[in-house]
Amino acid sequence: MTSIGDLAGKPLRAERHGDRSFTSVAFLAALWFTVAFAVLCLAVLLVDAFLDGAVRLDARLFTEYTSQVLPERAGARAAILGSAWVIAVTAALAIPLGVAAGVYLEEFADGNRWYNRLIEVNITNLAAVPAIVYGMLTAGFALSIGLERRVVLAGGIALALLILPVIIIATREAVRAVPVEIRQGSLALGATPLQTVWRQTLPSAVPGIATGSILALSRAFGEAAPLLLLGGLVFVNYDPDGLMSGFTTLPIQIFSWASQPQLAFQQVASAAIILMLVLLLVMNALAILIRNRYQKRW
Amino acid sequence: MSSTAAHGGPSLETGPHRGTPKKSEPDLGAALKRRRGRYGERAALLGLGGAAAVSVLVTIGIIVSLLMPALDFFREVSLWRFLTGTRWAPTFSNADYGVLPLISGTLWTTFIGLLIAIPFGLGAAVYLSEYAHQRVRKILKPVLEILAGIPSVVYGYFALYFVAPVVLNDLLSVEVGTFSVLAAGLVLGIMIIPTVASLSEDAMSAVPQALRHGSFALGANKMRTTVRVVFPAAISGITASIVLALSRAVGETMIVALAAGTRAQVVTGPTENGQTMTGFIAQTATGESTPGTLTYNTLFAVGLLLFAITLVINLFAGVIVRRIREVY
Repeated sequence: MTSIGDLAGKPLRAERHGDRSFTSVAFLAALWFTVAFAVLCLAVLLVDAFLDGAVRLDARLFTEYTSQVLPERAGARAAILGSAWVIAVTAALAIPLGVAAGVYLEEFADGNRWYNRLIEVNITNLAAVPAIVYGMLTAGFALSIGLERRVVLAGGIALALLILPVIIIATREAVRAVPVEIRQGSLALGATPLQTVWRQTLPSAVPGIATGSILALSRAFGEAAPLLLLGGLVFVNYDPDGLMSGFTTLPIQIFSWASQPQLAFQQVASAAIILMLVLLLVMNALAILIRNRYQKRW
Repeated sequence: MSSTAAHGGPSLETGPHRGTPKKSEPDLGAALKRRRGRYGERAALLGLGGAAAVSVLVTIGIIVSLLMPALDFFREVSLWRFLTGTRWAPTFSNADYGVLPLISGTLWTTFIGLLIAIPFGLGAAVYLSEYAHQRVRKILKPVLEILAGIPSVVYGYFALYFVAPVVLNDLLSVEVGTFSVLAAGLVLGIMIIPTVASLSEDAMSAVPQALRHGSFALGANKMRTTVRVVFPAAISGITASIVLALSRAVGETMIVALAAGTRAQVVTGPTENGQTMTGFIAQTATGESTPGTLTYNTLFAVGLLLFAITLVINLFAGVIVRRIREVY
């Protein structure tokens, strides 16, 4: 706001404190309650997971495979490695594709053409498709090209399709934030439009794209629904060793353990939840760090 | 992409020393169209356009991959029987394929979820946008972001092992079994609070300050201004946030798969066990489902219905938002 707005705003904001009618106070109290409820939910959820899982937060969680009969011995080794494999494949597929699509839509697409408008509407709609539908798409696609459904590659494809719209949208926002003058300067010096994008616009947009991509990948990391459609995936007791290897992931392993009635499975599930939340926190912290440290303010 | 560029070698006037583009906007698309003969550039541009076109292929892929098995399904079970039947028993010997029980489960969990998410989400949004000091906002916004970033399987665990036994049974003395649409719906609501809160807050923060000043100048207090001026002015964004939350609630899988139950029945009360559409898909897909069998095709028939419902919700949202939008 302009300074005039600020000047006008200050006495008005001070006036709020003088407003002590019952409805106003009750209204504010209700608002406080709603915010406190959200904070309380988060706190209770974290504390509950920690109390349930603390007894199983040990080395076995990382070194042991899951077990159907001995929940006390079950570990998440295959799930941790499987998650790493699948997220690597997801990143390798979704980031180049999403960045390329975002750059095209932001820098080259003529918004008046019907096909570009179609792509834009389509991306908005894709972002709202339920995650589980991407699993069905991948299962159908794998079946039609004769690919085994239960492999790392299929899991990576499913999650890449899921986060593709997110990465496209993040790329567009990051590219849009680069000032016009950078492009004009580059073009004036004789660079072609593509050289301008590759050497000026895109490097300037990298922090924004990286932040958006990491957040998208952390969503893919926690997502289990689309992978359920790839079948089985629950009792994997070997290390995944390639794109065509069977796999399970942390969220699926947690789902499978949480579905078992025994208390010991419940404990190992919450230990795995703690591990997953810590990893997610690290990813999010990394994204925020990149945003704060490297993002240029023009 | 350009279809007008002629072939031929680079000529002087279209070479790299051409003048700068218009100052008002960097119309790179137009600049590229006038450029001739840079085959590498054209190929790269085609590649970029192709990447964007992939998103359209994904949509076509979704429709085809859902429709093909679903059509096989409807060859054996009539569409009418599927949509109006009240008994869902695809794995029984006397199988029945009436989807209404699954829809009732989805309706209950979604309804309970919105009952939580709308008041709490909007309350948090109003507080953050209109009342909170800058310092408080800086703390609360990350809390909401963390809440939004927690995987749904964790919420499912929370519903099954904390909300149902501890909160509902012990604290509130509501008699629920291990599985209930109530516990699943409540936690579903908590999960979508950030969706409602952050989008609604954006909408309310975007309301021009002048409207608030006008209201204050007419003697309205803070609460009256918020309720009578800011809220109506932001109503299109608020509606959009609620509809997005609705479509997320309908499509959410892991919470209902863990906590709502696996008994497909027409749900008549919140404490009942009830399977949702997504819950059925998750449960059946986790077991053995061989492609080509009726069980496998059933998954896709339910998936197609789910996709159609969320698509209608999203299109409807677009129409509403366009119709009631206030432009400042």
